[in-house]
Amino acid sequence: MSIKKISKTQPETFEFSKDNLLEAEREIKKYPKNRKASAVIALLFLVQKQNDNWIPLAAIEYVARLLSIPYIQVYEVATFYSMLNLSPVGKYFVQVCTTTPCMMRGAKKIADLCKKHISKDQNKLSENKLCSWTEVECLGACVNAPVMQINQDYYEDLDENKTKEIIQTLQKDKLPTPGSVKNRKNTAPSEGKTTLLEVKNA
Amino acid sequence: MIVPKIIVNNKEVEIEEGMTVLQACELAGAEIPRFCYHERLSIVGNCRMCLVEMEKSPKPIASCAMPATDGMKIKTNTPLVEKARKGVMKFLLANHPLDCPVCDQGGECDLQDQSLFYGHDSSRYTENKRQVKEKYMGPLIKTEMTRCIHCTRCVRFASEIAGIPELGAIGRGEDTEITTYLEKSMESELSANVIDLCPVGALTSKPYAFEARSWELKKTETIDVMDAVGSNIRVDTYGWEVKRILPRVNEDINEEWISDKTRYACDGLLKQRLDTPYIRENGKLQKSSWDKALRLLISKLKLFNSNEVAGLVGDLADLEMIYSFKSFFEKCIGSKNFECRQDRIYINPFERMNYIFNSTINGIEDSDFILLVGTNPRLEATILNARIRKAYIKNRLKIYSIGDPGDLTYPYINLASNTSLIRAIAYGTHEISEKIKKSNKPMIIIGESALYGETGKYIFETLKYFLSKNNFIKENWNALNILTQQASRVGAIDLGVHSINETENFSFFNKLDNDEFRFLYLLGADNICFDKKDKFIVYQGSHGDKGAEIADIILPGAAYTEKNGLFVNLEGKLQTAYKASYPPGDAREDWVIFNDLANMMKKPLDYNNIQSLQESIKKNIQLKINNQINKNNIINFVNDNISIKSIDYYYTNSIARSSKVMNECRQISKKFLFTGIEKAS
Repeated sequence: MSIKKISKTQPETFEFSKDNLLEAEREIKKYPKNRKASAVIALLFLVQKQNDNWIPLAAIEYVARLLSIPYIQVYEVATFYSMLNLSPVGKYFVQVCTTTPCMMRGAKKIADLCKKHISKDQNKLSENKLCSWTEVECLGACVNAPVMQINQDYYEDLDENKTKEIIQTLQKDKLPTPGSVKNRKNTAPSEGKTTLLEVKNA
Repeated sequence: MIVPKIIVNNKEVEIEEGMTVLQACELAGAEIPRFCYHERLSIVGNCRMCLVEMEKSPKPIASCAMPATDGMKIKTNTPLVEKARKGVMKFLLANHPLDCPVCDQGGECDLQDQSLFYGHDSSRYTENKRQVKEKYMGPLIKTEMTRCIHCTRCVRFASEIAGIPELGAIGRGEDTEITTYLEKSMESELSANVIDLCPVGALTSKPYAFEARSWELKKTETIDVMDAVGSNIRVDTYGWEVKRILPRVNEDINEEWISDKTRYACDGLLKQRLDTPYIRENGKLQKSSWDKALRLLISKLKLFNSNEVAGLVGDLADLEMIYSFKSFFEKCIGSKNFECRQDRIYINPFERMNYIFNSTINGIEDSDFILLVGTNPRLEATILNARIRKAYIKNRLKIYSIGDPGDLTYPYINLASNTSLIRAIAYGTHEISEKIKKSNKPMIIIGESALYGETGKYIFETLKYFLSKNNFIKENWNALNILTQQASRVGAIDLGVHSINETENFSFFNKLDNDEFRFLYLLGADNICFDKKDKFIVYQGSHGDKGAEIADIILPGAAYTEKNGLFVNLEGKLQTAYKASYPPGDAREDWVIFNDLANMMKKPLDYNNIQSLQESIKKNIQLKINNQINKNNIINFVNDNISIKSIDYYYTNSIARSSKVMNECRQISKKFLFTGIEKAS
């Protein structure tokens, strides 16, 4: 991982939408008045949700003003976390987990598919400018490996065919149903529950 | 009470509460290598160089971050410690370039010094070394970020001491980089101190880049004259040239910081210098000889009545210069028309406490209430402002200001800016006066902007009366403070270079404006505004600036680094400046010029060497200190506004105005709107 590149094309201004502003205020209220700065990660994530998965400089300055902290402090946080993107990544941002369990279950093939169907290099937009993909470290869903994350949702138990289908749906500007592609419920066995049968909500 | 004790290398030392293991080890005389730890900054413990062995601890501990407790047994000289430090050093050097021969830090580099003791002879690191792009941080700081070891001293300095958090560490892990937000120039007036703090050559001085190696320079410990604080500095010279100026530790004054102006105005010492006497002939200044110039001066003096002859002392004058000037005027000319207040502010010179900073700079830290009256300490006395900020961080004391000075790097409450507020405080009808009365050690700091004319007289005398009535002017705490901006001011008033009498404060300037003077002697006075008309003007000073422009005779003098001299700082502390260089060309030390003049006029002065001159100066100042009268004047109310005069910070005196670096800083600072943090919308 190299230092995150700041996009050369930047929007002039950034402002939270009405709903997001309310959400931001809710986040800020979680902390004591003189510790407003604590809400910085939550706010940056909110920016990312609103702005097609990336954070423009205008938004960094906007968040800094909102929290009354220096720009550099927000900038530090934004460059530190790999979760936060500083240049456009596509409306559908595909993150393929390539850590050991996923890799053992065929993450390499999924990454190859992304290479073929989205873009040759990571973090480059696809031809229709809708998608981009990247390899990431463990997404914490090893039980359902291999896994990829698209925007806020996980797609689990992937195989080549299903992955291809998902990517094709994305290219049509649609978000496929998240979850296990084998229709597994959470991490339960694929054939249904085998234990705790008497407990309804288990 | 039992004093906690700690054993370092089998030596027992008593420790104070809150000490770290590192400090305890220093007490015991064991030196601990460090990079990130600095006494005046917060502790982060990220360089790991200070590892020591502690009994019952399986691993070595970072001594800078470990609180010392009673009974600890520390070892700093075992093989384990050495191995641990060697390991740390290996990691630090893994990515550090081997460019010491071309690095400006070479010779005064912590990493270089410590690798001498803890460095391995070879590295097992076979990967490529990390390359980091240079960062722009303004005209003063040169960066070579590949050399950075991420101690974050500079980041902590900017946010803690300077109070303008504009540096940060971006990225993570191996990709961490230190930078300002989008490579903006640093805005703090203390910014260049990060160069001294940097333990490696990542942040070095831009104007000094590749100028000299530290071991070739002659180092002279002396005093700064850029403001009235009297920061202790070290002047490094190479031959005649002043190469750089560094701070010197003085806990009572500047701790170990100096302002950017103090540090970088020194290139002004090489430019615009007066190196030979000049005489105006047919409207044009012509080069001349000393003999000719002095003879002309004396013959001109004879043409005028003694009450038509006046003298004005500039901002950078040392006491020798001022005293010999005064003696020359009194003895050889027989005139008492001299003045040192180029800015025409009100000063009550009859008691020493009326024009000094009585609470002292150290006292700021004990204070629990500060009222600023018509002053912007950030620009008027940067180092003093840093001390107020330190006090604020330490005690969270309440700070109020009359007049709006803008961002001071600490929060304060802005009060109205009318003199009626002063009256309300004095009568006790304003909430502030209650607050002052309730506090233990309040301070009122009166700046130049509040001291103009009759308004100034009202403000000063009223506040003094208020303080002495409430018993805040005492032996152990004096709340009355005047913030002067000129290095020469307090000393000049100590020596009585003013035409103030009981009834008239501004008689000199009234006469000047009414054209009663026809011969004017400017002693390094460049910040004057008056009509020249047909006055005959003599300018004596070091730089060809505003004063020299209008002069009929120019006598070249020495700048502050070129002579031994006494200075009194704004607290009234007498300090000695030492000669680091010598005056250029035919220029002479200023007191010698007056001596020569007096001898040529056959009215020799009372002294003929610097020792006897300094003795009589010290005697005069002692007289002033002993002279206490405790008199309060009640002045009729003057209704006026107190507005804070804007200061062209990088252009306040003739040396700074000649400096290219200061000019660059000035251009950049014009672009700053509000500092660091923009106000929340």
